Amino acid sequence: MNASIGKPRPLFDFHGGIHPPQNKELSNQRPIRQAPLPEQLILPLNMHLGAPAKAIVQVGDTVLKGEKIAEAQGAVSLPVHAPTSGKIVAIGPRPIQHPSGLDAPCIVLEPDGKDLWCELHPLPDWQTCCPPSALVARLREAGIAGMGGAGFPAAIKLSPKPEHKIDQLIINAVECEPYITADDVLMRERAEQIIGGIEILRHILKPKEAIVGIEDNKPEAIEAMRRAATGTGIEIAVVPTKYPSGGEKQLIYMLTGKEVPSGGIPAQIGVVCHNTGTTLAIYRAIVYGEPLVSRITTLTGKALAEAGNFEVLIGTPVASLLKAAGADMDKIGRLVMGGPMMGFTLHSTAIPVVKTSNCILAATEQELPAPATEQPCIRCGSCADVCPADLLPQQLYWYAKNQDLERAQQYNLMDCIECGACAYVCPSHIPLVQYYRFAKGEVRNALQEQQKADRARVRFEARQQRLADEQAEKEARRKARLQGSKASAAPGVDMAALKAASLQASAAYKAAVKALKAAEVDGRDQLAALTSEVEQLKAKADAAKAAVRDAGNAPAAPVVDVAALKAASLAASAEYKAAVKAMKAAEAAGEDVSALRSAADALKAKADAAKAAVRDAGPAIQTAAPSSASAAVPEKSDDTAQRAQKMKALKTAYNVSHKQFKEASAALERAERDGSDNLDELRKQVERFKLKSDKAKEALNLLVDQAKADIRASGSDLKSLKIEAAQTEAAARQKARELDAAKINGDDQRINVLTRELEALKREAEVAAGALKAAIDEQGLADS
Amino acid sequence: MSLITVTSPHTTGQRNHTGAFMRQVIYATIPGVAVLTWLFGWGTLFNLIIAVPAALIAEAAVLKARGRDVRFALSDWSAVLTAVLLAIAIPPTSPWWLIVIGIVAAIVVAKQLYGGLGMNPFNPAMVGYVVLLISFPLEMTRWIAPHEAPSWFDSFRMVLASANVDAITGATPLDSLRTWAGNAEQLASQPILHGSFAGAGWEWVNLAFLLGGIYLLARKIISWHIPVGMLAGMALIALPFWLADDVRYASPLFHLFSGAAMFGAFFIATDPVSAATSRYGRLIYGALIGVLVWVIRSNGGYPDAVAFAVLLMNMAAPTIDYYTQPRSYGHRKAKRGASR
Ligand code: SF4
Ligand code: SF4
Repeated sequence: MNASIGKPRPLFDFHGGIHPPQNKELSNQRPIRQAPLPEQLILPLNMHLGAPAKAIVQVGDTVLKGEKIAEAQGAVSLPVHAPTSGKIVAIGPRPIQHPSGLDAPCIVLEPDGKDLWCELHPLPDWQTCCPPSALVARLREAGIAGMGGAGFPAAIKLSPKPEHKIDQLIINAVECEPYITADDVLMRERAEQIIGGIEILRHILKPKEAIVGIEDNKPEAIEAMRRAATGTGIEIAVVPTKYPSGGEKQLIYMLTGKEVPSGGIPAQIGVVCHNTGTTLAIYRAIVYGEPLVSRITTLTGKALAEAGNFEVLIGTPVASLLKAAGADMDKIGRLVMGGPMMGFTLHSTAIPVVKTSNCILAATEQELPAPATEQPCIRCGSCADVCPADLLPQQLYWYAKNQDLERAQQYNLMDCIECGACAYVCPSHIPLVQYYRFAKGEVRNALQEQQKADRARVRFEARQQRLADEQAEKEARRKARLQGSKASAAPGVDMAALKAASLQASAAYKAAVKALKAAEVDGRDQLAALTSEVEQLKAKADAAKAAVRDAGNAPAAPVVDVAALKAASLAASAEYKAAVKAMKAAEAAGEDVSALRSAADALKAKADAAKAAVRDAGPAIQTAAPSSASAAVPEKSDDTAQRAQKMKALKTAYNVSHKQFKEASAALERAERDGSDNLDELRKQVERFKLKSDKAKEALNLLVDQAKADIRASGSDLKSLKIEAAQTEAAARQKARELDAAKINGDDQRINVLTRELEALKREAEVAAGALKAAIDEQGLADS
Repeated sequence: MSLITVTSPHTTGQRNHTGAFMRQVIYATIPGVAVLTWLFGWGTLFNLIIAVPAALIAEAAVLKARGRDVRFALSDWSAVLTAVLLAIAIPPTSPWWLIVIGIVAAIVVAKQLYGGLGMNPFNPAMVGYVVLLISFPLEMTRWIAPHEAPSWFDSFRMVLASANVDAITGATPLDSLRTWAGNAEQLASQPILHGSFAGAGWEWVNLAFLLGGIYLLARKIISWHIPVGMLAGMALIALPFWLADDVRYASPLFHLFSGAAMFGAFFIATDPVSAATSRYGRLIYGALIGVLVWVIRSNGGYPDAVAFAVLLMNMAAPTIDYYTQPRSYGHRKAKRGASR
């Protein structure tokens, strides 16, 4: 640890930034006060970033302070704990702080006033008692979310991937937003605990350095922290006052000169960043075993007589806090949760304080006047001069306004940190951030659509693969039959050898795909060669697989010509039926039927024998039956069905080619950025894919139109789709039963084969069901 | 208590209104206008007196026709600024109708027909200027010889278009240069070419506008990129030619302090709407204007070239922006251009 007292760390200045009036003296003149216990605590299940927690209490339950009342759902999620002892009185939607203004599920707790803790499990000897991973699990169970920003679960940041070696642990105590002083007073009053929390973080992460970044407008906090950090090797770095130096990315750059890659996380550059409040919560969670049930929140603004910092139970409604801070409700013009630069306005005072609520700003009309009318952008560039991400906000505004998302992204829309510096300086009073938030939402939606299309592509490819497999299988079977008719008994199949060959082939194929991908990323130019190689290997692997499967279907038993037997059986039974018919006719005509009857009996015997032979030929026929049934579907000559098939194929083809086009564009862009020299080739590729996707789209549109017209005219297509859906589903069920049977028998090979087949059938059924649903939607009918 | 729901930020900087920006630019023209009046008489002031109301009327009329809030839109002062710039650019001998035509071309055609403030691809004042220069070359090139300022009454008669202007007009330094370039003897004997440190009289005009420009820089109304780019571009291309052949080509100093060089660099090329917008973009944009001005002055058919150079570069501005994105945080390299 190289805390160099006296030699300050060299700071890197980030581009832009602004100096809005601080207004911090409103709230940092008094010590932290305890907020009064409200009548009800409202605990949203999604106070953190990630999946909402799941309630594990019922209405009417009594709980103790610190008891878990909702449990984390999945990896990126956190539990919720009771902030005080009392009774659960409701579980249901309540207004919360969310830009959408929508209600969200909450647990409502009525305090009993006793504030009784449940049993806690402190770990004062954390240094020696358990491994870091156990401490991290502890922190997760304590529900600790990042308390300065978006509320990302702290435990996740503390378990970086093994390839991310952490060099710097940075504690963000900058607090650059005007008005907010929660971290400031926290450091003044509880510096030891904060330093203790940093020690725990160091123990877990083992960084080379631990640095606390504090803005130079908090001399008392700096002093307190310096004192507490003496001898620990933790460095207190003072950064100049400039908004938004407390932005995570900006602070990391200032202290280390390293930039978090666009779209990446700090761990990638060896940095983990935590907020002061979080650090304190971590200390308390480990040393006292307390889960996160309270926080320091600044109550400020000129509408408050008693502004200051309060220790607030999570879930306390804002109304109760305003009362405690002596709010003049008539004077409040704007109520903001968070600071004036990045906070969100509240639409109700019933909204509770959550883990991330660092400030409640009750401002008068004069303090935060209503926004002035927006004037046209004059491209003055003031916004670009202050943008800490070094974007061109004026261009982003232009493209966001015109909904040109592609260009907006080209201008790095997604790197905007929504700090609001641009809107702060804009002489035309354009609410720029609002435009960016909207555009970002649109981009995210588009991304989701894209992912959907990707999934469709995967399905399509799987289906293609299966069809190819089937084809190969048929081929193999035909060959086997030929051989079988030549020699009465088929030669035994060497399963092991076949399987090994198949595995080898598929491994080779996979390796080739990997190579191809790598080449694509590098933009190397032998793509074509690699692609064809991959194609070849794939064919080889498929053939090998088919052979294995074929052999699996007819395990080492002598191959019986099932098809021939079946045909014979059918012929025999037809003959029998014809004879019966003839007999009936004769009977009706009053002729002598005894001869005919004996003939019919003979024929019946023959047919039965044939049937028995078929049955005896074993399970092969059973497996063949469903697949031939499903194979029959695409062979229907019915041209609407054919069209449906084609449509599906085209749709997927379009999705695929569009995706390829997108990918190619991205590759081109990358190449352009890196200045590689195969640009022309890439460009051509992009063109090609675009053409392809356009063509597919066109054809698809044509077909869709036709189909629509037809459906409107007849409505018959629905029936065939329904049948197809039912058939495929039945086939899948049948296969599942077989699989179960095979599992009981414990035949591994067969289980494998069946599992694969089942998967394929399931997909098929899914596709068919989808098509049916689409058709139903198309006609605007309810599923009957 | 009424709770309003708006997006952050909830506070904005004080004093920054688009109108205030524009007014600052207008104030910064005061030294230049004063020197023009000192050298050439009342003409420039008369130009202003006619141009400003004409611009306001034209703007209001179009805004009304477009169904906009006239009062609100006029409060951005952009029409007044355009009028001031055009009034300064045209000769102080101009008759009233010339001014009015120029204003209509600038406000109605170049600005409002393109969608109003912020939407115009071309600098409105320069569009007005070029329309006039092409349509009325005679009126547009009648400058008075410096220090021969007519009385306010004569100027007034000129504005009413009832005075014989030709009697008092004289060549500007750039006119002389164009006429006598290559002729060492004549060049030496033209007093207009030998002022205190550049063309006579005009060196003071340019100095005054430089002063105004420095004020704008100090107040952070404009950024340094465009003026510095333009002046540097002009000087750097003038230097080698002048060194090689000082009979044909004027010195960098002469170029910098002649014609509309300073006025153009600080007041015209810096019109943000029609200029490039990124930092590097502005530097390149300014430099190319400087080079173009020199090229047209030295080889073109018109004595001065700021208007043409600016309009040409207006056309190139989007392309320049395209290729001069800054390197954003977290990106290894700046994005260049857009792949579509
Ligand atoms: S600050 Fe406002 S007016 Fe100026 S360029 Fe940016 S968005 Fe346009
Ligand atoms: S809100 Fe976005 S665009 Fe505006 S200054 Fe901040 S980072 Fe830049």
